[in-house]
Amino acid sequence: MHNKSLTELATDLTSGAYSSVELTQYFLDRINQYDTNLNAFITVMDEQALAMAKTADEQIAAGSAGALTGIPMAHKDIFCTDGVRTSAGSKMLDNFIAPYNATVVEKLNVAGMPILGKTNMDEFAMGSSNENSFYGKVKNPWDLERVPGGSSGGSAATVAARLAPVATGTDTGGSIRQPASLTGITGIKPTYGRVSRFGMIAYASSLDQGGVFGTSASDCALVLQAMSGFDEKDSTSSEQAVGDFSASLKDSLQGLKIGLPKEYFEEGLDSGVAKVIEDAIAEYKKLGAEIIEISLPNTHLAIPAYYVVAPAECSSNLSRLDGVRYGYRCENPKDLQDHYMRSRGEAFGDEVKRRIMVGTYALSAGYYDAYYLKAQKIRRLISEDFQQAFETVDVIMGPVAPNTAFKIGEKSDDPISMYLSDIYTIAVNLAGLPGMSVPAGQANNLPVGLQLIGNYFEEAKMLNIAHQYQQVTDHHQQMPTAFEIANINPSKGGE
Amino acid sequence: MSLSTEEVKKIALLARLAISDKEAQQYSDSLSEIFDLVAQMNAVDTSDILPMAHPQDISQRLREDVVTADNQREKFQAIAPSTEEGLYLVPKVLE
Amino acid sequence: MEWETVIGLEIHAQLMTKSKIFSGSSIAYGAEPNTQANVVDLALPGVLPVLNVEAVRMAAKFGLGINAPVSQNSVFARKNYFYPDLPQGYQISQMDLPIVEMGHIDIPLEDGSTKRIGVTRAHLEQDAGKSLHEDFAGMTGIDLNRAGTPLLEIVSEPDMSSAKEAVAYMKKIHALVQYLEICDGNMQEGSFRCDANVSVRPKGQKELGTRAELKNINSFRFVERAINIEIARQIDIIEEGGSVVQETRLFDPDKDETRSMRSKEEANDYRYFPDPDLLPVRISDEFIEAIRATLPELPEAKKQRFIDEFSLSDYDAEIMTSSRPLSDYYEIVASGSGEAKLAANWVMGNLSAALNKDDKNIADSPISAEMLVGMIKRISDSTISGKIAKDVFEAMWKGEGDADSVIEKKGLKQITDSGAIETMIDEIIANNQAQVEEFRSGKEKILGFFVGQVMKASRGKANPGQVNQLLRKKLKA
Ligand SMILES: [Mg+2]
Ligand SMILES: [Zn+2]
Repeated sequence: MHNKSLTELATDLTSGAYSSVELTQYFLDRINQYDTNLNAFITVMDEQALAMAKTADEQIAAGSAGALTGIPMAHKDIFCTDGVRTSAGSKMLDNFIAPYNATVVEKLNVAGMPILGKTNMDEFAMGSSNENSFYGKVKNPWDLERVPGGSSGGSAATVAARLAPVATGTDTGGSIRQPASLTGITGIKPTYGRVSRFGMIAYASSLDQGGVFGTSASDCALVLQAMSGFDEKDSTSSEQAVGDFSASLKDSLQGLKIGLPKEYFEEGLDSGVAKVIEDAIAEYKKLGAEIIEISLPNTHLAIPAYYVVAPAECSSNLSRLDGVRYGYRCENPKDLQDHYMRSRGEAFGDEVKRRIMVGTYALSAGYYDAYYLKAQKIRRLISEDFQQAFETVDVIMGPVAPNTAFKIGEKSDDPISMYLSDIYTIAVNLAGLPGMSVPAGQANNLPVGLQLIGNYFEEAKMLNIAHQYQQVTDHHQQMPTAFEIANINPSKGGE
Repeated sequence: MSLSTEEVKKIALLARLAISDKEAQQYSDSLSEIFDLVAQMNAVDTSDILPMAHPQDISQRLREDVVTADNQREKFQAIAPSTEEGLYLVPKVLE
Repeated sequence: MEWETVIGLEIHAQLMTKSKIFSGSSIAYGAEPNTQANVVDLALPGVLPVLNVEAVRMAAKFGLGINAPVSQNSVFARKNYFYPDLPQGYQISQMDLPIVEMGHIDIPLEDGSTKRIGVTRAHLEQDAGKSLHEDFAGMTGIDLNRAGTPLLEIVSEPDMSSAKEAVAYMKKIHALVQYLEICDGNMQEGSFRCDANVSVRPKGQKELGTRAELKNINSFRFVERAINIEIARQIDIIEEGGSVVQETRLFDPDKDETRSMRSKEEANDYRYFPDPDLLPVRISDEFIEAIRATLPELPEAKKQRFIDEFSLSDYDAEIMTSSRPLSDYYEIVASGSGEAKLAANWVMGNLSAALNKDDKNIADSPISAEMLVGMIKRISDSTISGKIAKDVFEAMWKGEGDADSVIEKKGLKQITDSGAIETMIDEIIANNQAQVEEFRSGKEKILGFFVGQVMKASRGKANPGQVNQLLRKKLKA
């Protein structure tokens, strides 16, 4: 049951093999059974999930069900959910019951997907290991001593352990692709502007983009379809038509031109990871693709530019968290200044404070040109590298991360080495391109993801490229054995 | 580049973050390292490059001037730390 | 030493949209606290701004009104600072690329000439909420109804050299935004607010002196007072060997002084950067031309037309067009009565005196333009004299009805029946023989005495011309 595709689940729901309430209960039971080990959820929404499942069952009975009706899912705790705590992994919002729905939540509610709960994450999406959460570290289902990646580590661990069929995530510098890679699942971050940011708690506005985790490209296609589209509440969302992400999944890859950036295979890349990527490329050759070496010469500038742009934007975005209208307020402030200083000082974690300070400094009088403006210029250079590459190739491939999942605590005292784990993903956000991680095998007994980078609004093409690979490989079907046993017989489940 | 603890404290004040002396020392180290990393940008001459603020070259959409919001004060203030007579309360603001 | 003053003004005009600049909340004045603050205005996590087209249109209108280019590419920036009435922790404003670029406006000077004042820029931004300082157990209350209200900040060049010029400029801008129907100009409700940058320098010196920014000067009277007080303060400091500090100062009308607001200055570093939630605002030629096509007649054009059509002097025309409601009022009276000069005298004379006395705006004058037309018609058709008209005006002001009904009720109609006047004259001549002798002996001045007696007997209603003529005839007989 937990290894079925969304299409299979939908077929079963329609045929009456089990109800949405039963299916939802099945996953709630799995969460109950396994999440104490993983800590992937901040809030489990038992009651709401079952109520939504009941409504879905009514729709199914009435014949008005869509492709996703009744299939449960999980949301990263960065998407505001009306009436439910939405914490962004921070003490600051531990008491924040969102009074409205994010557009993504609204859309998936309309699609009829019961929400199992809100998943753990690095505080305000700042981190690559999920060690920066007020709610504790998330563990990698493949090895509980290792990180699942971040910042959407809770969602990735959830799907990897099959505690939910799919989950949403957000990606500002790799926060969908890197955890997908480290947990062996499929994750897609669409083009900037494809998915509305309204109600998605902002980290860095010009880089943040919502996306989805699933066990296959075809599952991701279905959910991304339901999440995407222009939103009049988000000025930066795109009016470009969404198209049909599932329609072209079966297209042949004959003649596909794959670009391999030489900068993505230089020193720093783990040899085991490199081997997995090479094998995946070989598989694509068999599918009829042509391999072309390309260069993205400004790759090394992506992390420096990102660590100006993202902190600058976050330093301003997080200013609204002031303990006045909602959120944490310190006790007995002696005056207004003390109220601000302590409410923010006590509620934000170390990494969040660090990035706020980096951004505050980079924007301050006398430094703006040297840092912020400079970074925005570098950003154009990076973007132009990609555009030049797409003149000759259809898709760019490479590793998602230089290493497999690292040990908890291994990098937590060394911000810079943590930042460097996003070296292959960050440039994609600076350019606003769609990116994906596809399970490609294992190194050191840990999953390795293959990164796909497409041109603007070519999500359908990327999903097709990933799906064709998944037709001839079974890496995406691998799951950590410790989570394989289903204790509960779904037919006996229920309210 | 190296940021002194004094500079760190100034930044923390600007950002309204209470930090201890010990933390100021730690941030002074890590911020200095980060700005060293960032300094790699200086190797590139960008004088002829236009800054890129947004991934796509699109312009601002304009909304019709219509009132669409209704009064939800009760719902919004249910999550507020302190309110009275419909107002949010904060420590006294001195002019 | 002789001193020279340099003044620049920053005016914040609240735009008359229905909804806020970046959200769908109402901007209506006077609602219960925080009932007009939605998720966007409260800056809840995850919310995003979307720009109101009407605010853009109004800003463009203003640009056309001051002969300024309307920028085809303007950018919103964030001005970052912490304050409880600023929910986002930053104000969305415009910095490098404002929507309206350099324009100008001409102000009248006391000697009858005009001076051109440069308007550096005008940009769109959001207003903050309100802090209520009355005691809530030692706390301050925050009302965010006003947060997100669209403002147009109008920044002048430092072209003004006296408090009087600053007031004249402020009045001109005040009139213009109302002509354009983009701001209601209500200064009590804070829809039109002014800050002044003031500095002094020795006459002839080229570089500017250190300036102080005066806040909270929200009436024409206060602007003049505050600036004059500040000029005197700065000159005092320099003459005593000190130097002026660049700072923000608050005008206190009760104590008649300006005082430093050091708290506002502390750690100010606004860290402006382009707002990543908003995209560049691109305005097409068609958009601007469509606005131009609906532009109302502006003060300068109307003034010229009043001079041409109504033969007003330059001075009278300037006054009559100094505000849109006044010019509309005058135009109805002048056209309706066909007596442009008489209309101007009444509007600038009795009407404006009465409005002043009762502290009323022309828009809520108890005597409508139509009523004044009715009265002036009765003067020009000799139903009443100019003198009686003052009584009619008085009665109308008190709400006793229109001119015709007042004249009727009070019997103020002029007596033009020569028989009736002759009877009165005969009686007066009979009772004042001594004065008749004086007249007849050549003392013509005494005629005034007889006119006065007749007017008294007729209670002012006799036609003075007629009385004069009949008296001469009778006295000479
Ligand atoms: Mg200003
Ligand atoms: Zn302003």
